Amino acid sequence: MSRETFRLTVNGASYEVTAPDRKTLGDALREDCGLTGTHLGCEHGVCGTCTVIVDGRPVRSCLMFARQAEGAQVRTVEGLAKGDTLHPLQQAFIDAHALQCGFCTPGFLMLIVGALEQDPDMTEEDLAHVLSSNLCRCTGYASIARAALAAYPRPAPAAE
Amino acid sequence: MNEAPRQGSSARPGAGERLFGRAVPRLEDAPLLTGRGRFVDDVQLPGLLAVAFVRSPFAHARIRAIDCEGARGMPGVAAILTADDLSPLLTSGVVAGAMPSAAIRHEVYRPVLARDEVAYAGEAVALVVAVTRHQAEDAAEAVLVDYEPLPAVADGRAALAPAAPAVHARLPDNLLATFDFHYGEVDAAFESAAHVVRAEFDLHRGGGHSMEGRGVVAAPDPLEDRLRVWSSTQTPHALKAALCTLLGRGEDDIFVSVPDLGGGFGPKLVTYPEEIAVAAVAAHLARPLKWIEDRQEHFLVSTQERDQHWRMEMALEADGRIAGISGALTYDIGAYTARGLNVPYASGMMLTLPYNVPSYRLDIAVALTNKAPATPVRGAGQPQATFVMERLLDLAAAELGLDRAEIRARNLVRAEQMPCRKPLKLRGGTDLVLDSGDYPATQSAALEQAGWAGFAARKDEARAEGRAIGLGLANYVEGTGRGPYETVTVRVTRQGRIRVSTGATAMGQGLQTAMMQIVADHLGADPANIDIHLGDTAEPYGFGGFNSRQTVVAGASADAAARAVRHKVLSVAAHKLGVEARALDIAGDLVVETGGGNRSLTLAEVAVAAQGIAGFRLPGIDTPGLQATERVVIDDMAYSNGCAVAEVEVDRATGGVRVTRLAFAHDCGVMVNPAMVEGQLMGGIALGLGNALFERMAYDEAGQPLTTTYADYLLVTSAEMPEVAVSHTESPTYLNALGVKGVGESGVIPMAAAIASAIDDALDDLGVRVLHAPISPQELRAAIRAAGGGAR
Ligand code: FES
Ligand code: FES
Repeated sequence: MSRETFRLTVNGASYEVTAPDRKTLGDALREDCGLTGTHLGCEHGVCGTCTVIVDGRPVRSCLMFARQAEGAQVRTVEGLAKGDTLHPLQQAFIDAHALQCGFCTPGFLMLIVGALEQDPDMTEEDLAHVLSSNLCRCTGYASIARAALAAYPRPAPAAE
Repeated sequence: MNEAPRQGSSARPGAGERLFGRAVPRLEDAPLLTGRGRFVDDVQLPGLLAVAFVRSPFAHARIRAIDCEGARGMPGVAAILTADDLSPLLTSGVVAGAMPSAAIRHEVYRPVLARDEVAYAGEAVALVVAVTRHQAEDAAEAVLVDYEPLPAVADGRAALAPAAPAVHARLPDNLLATFDFHYGEVDAAFESAAHVVRAEFDLHRGGGHSMEGRGVVAAPDPLEDRLRVWSSTQTPHALKAALCTLLGRGEDDIFVSVPDLGGGFGPKLVTYPEEIAVAAVAAHLARPLKWIEDRQEHFLVSTQERDQHWRMEMALEADGRIAGISGALTYDIGAYTARGLNVPYASGMMLTLPYNVPSYRLDIAVALTNKAPATPVRGAGQPQATFVMERLLDLAAAELGLDRAEIRARNLVRAEQMPCRKPLKLRGGTDLVLDSGDYPATQSAALEQAGWAGFAARKDEARAEGRAIGLGLANYVEGTGRGPYETVTVRVTRQGRIRVSTGATAMGQGLQTAMMQIVADHLGADPANIDIHLGDTAEPYGFGGFNSRQTVVAGASADAAARAVRHKVLSVAAHKLGVEARALDIAGDLVVETGGGNRSLTLAEVAVAAQGIAGFRLPGIDTPGLQATERVVIDDMAYSNGCAVAEVEVDRATGGVRVTRLAFAHDCGVMVNPAMVEGQLMGGIALGLGNALFERMAYDEAGQPLTTTYADYLLVTSAEMPEVAVSHTESPTYLNALGVKGVGESGVIPMAAAIASAIDDALDDLGVRVLHAPISPQELRAAIRAAGGGAR
């Protein structure tokens, strides 16, 4: 199995990674970059726990090889807060009790941030659709939706 | 949307404000939100090696030989061990299950590694250690196991048939146990009944599916000759005890810690063969090892709940009062016992609880099958019992021409009956006593919220538009706070910080915050000054998380310990200041005068004084230090109750069911933190919705698992969640000083029953009856077609 050395740019910092080609981005972030905030819930692309932002788009880091992220800008949950100041979505999660065990939480944060940066005008309905792409076994989701809407208020749908 | 929590918001309270009972923000959140959580897979150690298991592809087979030679030479491989290699490292080859029972006829404990025979697909037969997980998995695939496939049986009732294949070749039959519940004059009740309704129910529940799988890290510490173990478990004390026994070590030689848990939901309360094997091999190799369960392994080998088949009848008086219930339950427990007969016991015991049932007989047969072992999943047999009871009541209502809510109102245990002794015993032999609550009022609250009274008109309107909507209800009682105790130690450190440690174990439900809220009000009410250490096995006596017990039993001990420490703090400070203790209070990290004076001492100063000075008397206390350990013993369980009313819309053409609204009225006694209570309910509701409509862990007839990815096994997403209106009532229990009851499983218990009731209602013109769960669109469409409805 070939092992290559390459660089990943994560949260603006550069990391040297030596890994076989088959190593996923999720594994490389956790093991080679020491960024264990990204979690792996299924490793087959369904749960979304592993979601990170690659070049502005939320992606499932278990479905992407680390090598494929060479040269890309990767953002993970560790990069959301600015120093001690939480990202508004992180604060909204606290206020809305939108996490329990917190295992799915980084994936939801990166999903929501990534999707709304990509499409800042999305409607509440679009946002609800986005939220259905990740799994959480603890919260029953309503609190996550509340947090997302608090951090990213959507204009009320036009009355018919 | 959910109703706003009843009390307060999550605004941060100022120091000194009362914390108990408020929706304060959680202590757990900040690290978890910033990527600084510490889950078991985040534990990194120098020289850490990875473990993968070789697992049986057959549900039943004899192992003729295992050839590891080729695999041993593969890149990165450090060791490969089979059961024979492991045997000198262990005092026993099996993990003895918790909860022995006299009713169990065969001893079928799980082997640490299977030696001669495998009894379910996924059972581990060898352990591979390598530098990376990739290498370990490659080598595991290269281990050659010569299996001789044996006939397998994968259905509980089939397993009990006379000519069934043996689940274990050495056993004469597959009947693990029989036992019963029996009280009152059942036969007489049926003889003289005005009405009798009968039905058979098939109830399936799948896995726990915490988003984090299981995992264990074991690291020998050569300096201290100790073994450190981190495991994603709900019960660190049980794991430590099993490790000490199986590795032949003393209690101080093994140290078990629980990192952040990415959810538990039941399966993590069991001690697993992998935890034993990894620890034993780490000690043997003198190298730290890590094994992290992947999702496929979670499907294959993490314990699950399982199929229950019920054949039941209910006798009624002419006015709709229940005269008796009788029947039989066949329970499929899988290939081994890991938690005794807990689940079928809970099902049988909980069936009648919300109602006055004068006579009851249930014969339970527990069958072995060639499937993964079954143990409690959130709800632990209670959802199935609730389904059976509530469906029988719906059938009875139809038979008698009564409203479904009315027949329940005539039978529910009433507030004036509380505390209500039932002629049933808890598994430890104590009487079952419902402690408090107003069940009829709770039902009324849910009906009101759901618009039960006006629903018939809405349903007619919808039907005129070609839409089939229905409303269904289910009452439940949840047994919570399983005793006997949990240990809590509270100490004021010399730095003036309040340190709380307990064997109670967090699974993600916010237990640190709850413990903080319970302790804080006695000791200065400043969350920032309190450190909570959970899952602590330095304390020898403890249990951990299951049965919605921790806020109840650990809460009671935390409250008592905090009161005792408060008394000591005030005594020492009073001595130092020369005042009466009752003229003092604790505010933040200060002890202050309350009656006019303005002197104060810091908690740090008081703590330093309390340790004493050589040659001097202790200052105002008899024992040194500001510390108290409490184990408040609570034998009886506290019973939470509630009522769910679900509204569904059924697509008659496809059999698709959408749950559109849910009213959930409940009573879990005094709430420590209403927002966290609501979080528990909502998570349970989502799981219950999955159990009603989606989650099926399918096996084929040969015991091959068919659903081992989230593409095949459907978890509820936000898209399926209905609007939920929760209403809380607080009937304090007298069983603990705080008046709290558990709520961790409440949400899940009534869901399948309420949804089935609503589907029946939506299809009442066809007479379709939902008597099993989960119900798939295909099954429902078939039922609609059979009843002569639905589009071609
Ligand atoms: S871990 Fe990537 S989608 Fe589940
Ligand atoms: S908070 Fe536990 S899985 Fe979402």
